[in-house]
Amino acid sequence: MGWPDAAGGHVADLRVVLAQAGPIPLAADFVCRRGELLALVGPSGSGKTTLLRSIAGLYQPAEGHIVCGETRWFDAKSKHSLSAQKRRVGIVFQDYALFPHLTALENIALPLRHHPKPTRRDRAEQWLARVRLEGLGRRYPDALSGGQRQRVALARALARDPQVLLLDEPFSAVDQVTRRRLQRELALLRQQISIPIVLVTHDLEEATALADQICVLHNGQSLQQDRPERLFRQPATPEVARLLDRHNLFNATVVEIDGQRYLQWGRFQLEVAEGLDTFSLGEAVTWYLPPSDIVLHRRDRPSNGERENPVPALVSEVVALGGMTSVTLRVAHGDMLRFDIATHAARRNQLVPGSMVNVSLLAAGIHIMPGTHTLARDD
Amino acid sequence: MAELMDWAALSVSLRLAALTCLILLPLGIWLGRTLAYARFRGKGLCEALVALPLVLPPTVLGFYLLLSFSRDAPVGAFWAELTGSGLNFTFTGILLASLVANIPFAVQPIQRAFESIPRNLREAAWCSGLGPWQTLWCIELPLVWPGLLSAFALTFAHTLGEFGVILMVGGSIDGETRTLAIAIYDRMQAFDEQGAALMSASLLAVSFITLGIVYGLAGRRRGARG
Repeated sequence: MGWPDAAGGHVADLRVVLAQAGPIPLAADFVCRRGELLALVGPSGSGKTTLLRSIAGLYQPAEGHIVCGETRWFDAKSKHSLSAQKRRVGIVFQDYALFPHLTALENIALPLRHHPKPTRRDRAEQWLARVRLEGLGRRYPDALSGGQRQRVALARALARDPQVLLLDEPFSAVDQVTRRRLQRELALLRQQISIPIVLVTHDLEEATALADQICVLHNGQSLQQDRPERLFRQPATPEVARLLDRHNLFNATVVEIDGQRYLQWGRFQLEVAEGLDTFSLGEAVTWYLPPSDIVLHRRDRPSNGERENPVPALVSEVVALGGMTSVTLRVAHGDMLRFDIATHAARRNQLVPGSMVNVSLLAAGIHIMPGTHTLARDD
Repeated sequence: MAELMDWAALSVSLRLAALTCLILLPLGIWLGRTLAYARFRGKGLCEALVALPLVLPPTVLGFYLLLSFSRDAPVGAFWAELTGSGLNFTFTGILLASLVANIPFAVQPIQRAFESIPRNLREAAWCSGLGPWQTLWCIELPLVWPGLLSAFALTFAHTLGEFGVILMVGGSIDGETRTLAIAIYDRMQAFDEQGAALMSASLLAVSFITLGIVYGLAGRRRGARG
């Protein structure tokens, strides 16, 4: 009872298509389905917050539309825009924007003003209990910890009985331990509400952990929207791969040997499981390999998998980061492969800078993108 | 020899200060809020106009007010048309003059207070379903409360102490335009030092008590949150 979908009745998808040349350039097109959490990711200045504010009705771009279910919230063509008050959006601001002169309970009760007073109080108390802040209702925001403030902000956003929940970097203002706990709570909360949730974040790990869909933004432009695991394995363009902080991006050309297509990468002809047919012979392409698909050949126990795209390489860098070790290899023509292995495995294989190793590049993992990339990815 | 204390002058001063505050505060809220939030051409000019009475010598301000209150000038003519009486040397005249002279004291603290409210607090209120008036009433006014208090205190105290403008526009008519500040001057001219001393002391006391109460209130509010 009281949860947005249960009480509000109609739960609907959110469709956003927005564009403008300036002052903040936008060219975004994404969908957030009911029950789904969509993460808008991108570097700072990529227009994430502007998009969120547009959905909330706090900003009006020059072109496009925002539709929630059957209701048009914004339509530039017909100059129609529902006010923020009428959109039924719950929003958690980056700094929470709690009203400093109101107690936690009064903050939560504010969106419940249309209810009679006794009901309002009861509901606010219920919300307080749901975000596990019983007994703290009479505190003012400045007497609450960062995590508690975030919970009050979340309760206030949900008390509105919103059709869409918007979260603007909601975990950026708290410490690491609190962040993990709050993220867990959000994941739990998600199981109980079925409205679309849009999360703005620059933290890829957070987006991957929480989101059903990720939309990658750059300069206000939505570049790709997909499930996290697909997005990370198959970025649409080298630019998306770069924005997702992917390494192992290389240039190659499409070649044919005995009727069979390969990727010519330096002196290696790489087998590719799929995707080569869509490119023409001789075309320059970019290919990407997830680090998990680089398999180190064990010195003591060779295996069958080693026949798949074997590549000898020089160990260039070995960095132990706790249980995992990041290994960088240099292949003959200068490209650098990077992958992670368990630290004990690195030790067992005597991975030290300057030694030679063999790795297999799994054909099924190789993902090909049109065009060459020129950006050095060594930072 | 007259009574030591000019009770009529004290009454004029207090009435003038109270009415100035009463009229100027709503105006100050509207103007201060507009200047804090709105972006428009000529805003700098507007702010300069608001601040002008701060730097203008009171006699200069009084001179122009005297001119515009005369029946030949638009303001004076309009008033005469409306009420059949003039503005110069009347209580209404010094009230109008006091309003003009006090604009910066009322507007500036309120404008600063509105400017200090983070934008996303108002947005959070809108997203909580509050309309513009509800946002003003439930969120903005409680947050600018210290600004309102200091606007009130400054306006009240400054009106009590205003001398030049009142003298220019109102002269010194007993029970009508003679404020305590002017009465003190008159007594000194008449070598009534005792009377001047008593009235000066009362003006000092009234001003100090007013400011004391207001700043005490503001301080207690801050302390409650600290």
